[in-house]
Amino acid sequence: MNGLDAFIVGEKLDYGTHTFTPEEIIRFARKYDPQPFHLDAEAARNSMFGALCASGWHTASVWMKLAVDYRPIWFQSLRERGLPVPYFGPSPGIFDVVWTKPVYAGDTIHYYSECIDKRPRKTDPEWGVVITRASGFNEAGDQVVTFDNAVLIRRQPSD
Amino acid sequence: MNTASDNPKLCFEDFTPGREFALGPLTVDAEEVIEFAAEFDPQPMHLDEAAGKESLLEGLAASGWQTCGLIMRMMAQSYILDSTAQGAPKVDYVRWKRPVLAGDVLSGVSRVLSARPLKSRPGLGIVQFEQEIRNQRGEIVCECSNPTFFAMRDAGGG
Repeated sequence: MNGLDAFIVGEKLDYGTHTFTPEEIIRFARKYDPQPFHLDAEAARNSMFGALCASGWHTASVWMKLAVDYRPIWFQSLRERGLPVPYFGPSPGIFDVVWTKPVYAGDTIHYYSECIDKRPRKTDPEWGVVITRASGFNEAGDQVVTFDNAVLIRRQPSD
Repeated sequence: MNTASDNPKLCFEDFTPGREFALGPLTVDAEEVIEFAAEFDPQPMHLDEAAGKESLLEGLAASGWQTCGLIMRMMAQSYILDSTAQGAPKVDYVRWKRPVLAGDVLSGVSRVLSARPLKSRPGLGIVQFEQEIRNQRGEIVCECSNPTFFAMRDAGGG
């Protein structure tokens, strides 16, 4: 068994939901993305978005938060299935990040992650690369975000 | 906090291919690294100096998502807040090339690759950028590329 066996191509994990309050949208925007449509409801009404909406980096960062929160549940499911618990290394990057619809103040977003590829790393046999496709949907069922995320996984499992 | 200009100087027409905007310098603050990680990426190497040193990142390392936010902040301060920007629909790639550690000083450049008016939205254009971010030793820590919408000057944007 190696750490890559924990990842099953096509398996989709349900990370649960997050509700974006106006206060947290503004707090994130002040620090990282102070554009008027992320800071002020009145300014947002006059923008292309029409109402206060979250920074795209806020929407994506919440996926990461839910991914880390979900790990103990996922690890338990791996143990029950006799699969190894993976040891996570750093991520070399993300690609094809698309914010398909704005995330407005008050929206509840449901996040998922699907493994779409995995392979040993040619340059470094101790590590493998896993590609997961992140997605988030609003309550109307419209996709609001998607991206592909690469992460290094140690091939020797942690237990 | 920086705020957007009421009378932005930079409109779609100003983003000509090859034009560069300087980003930073920005010092990565340890407390901010921990605060961001606690809310969005609570893994040991982003929360604790000792755990970071033992990890492959070799120090208290900013979450890659925070690095994206810090690049966004530098872009906002450099040109977006003084422009007719109307948001970015996507990011083509973000490459986290090296760890970004607490105390690092980031700086870089945002370069215009191409620009075209939008047929579907008169008065609006789309500009493709690439960013290259380096640390205080001149090492590239992050590269990314994205389009951004800007209103045109003669559409009443400027």
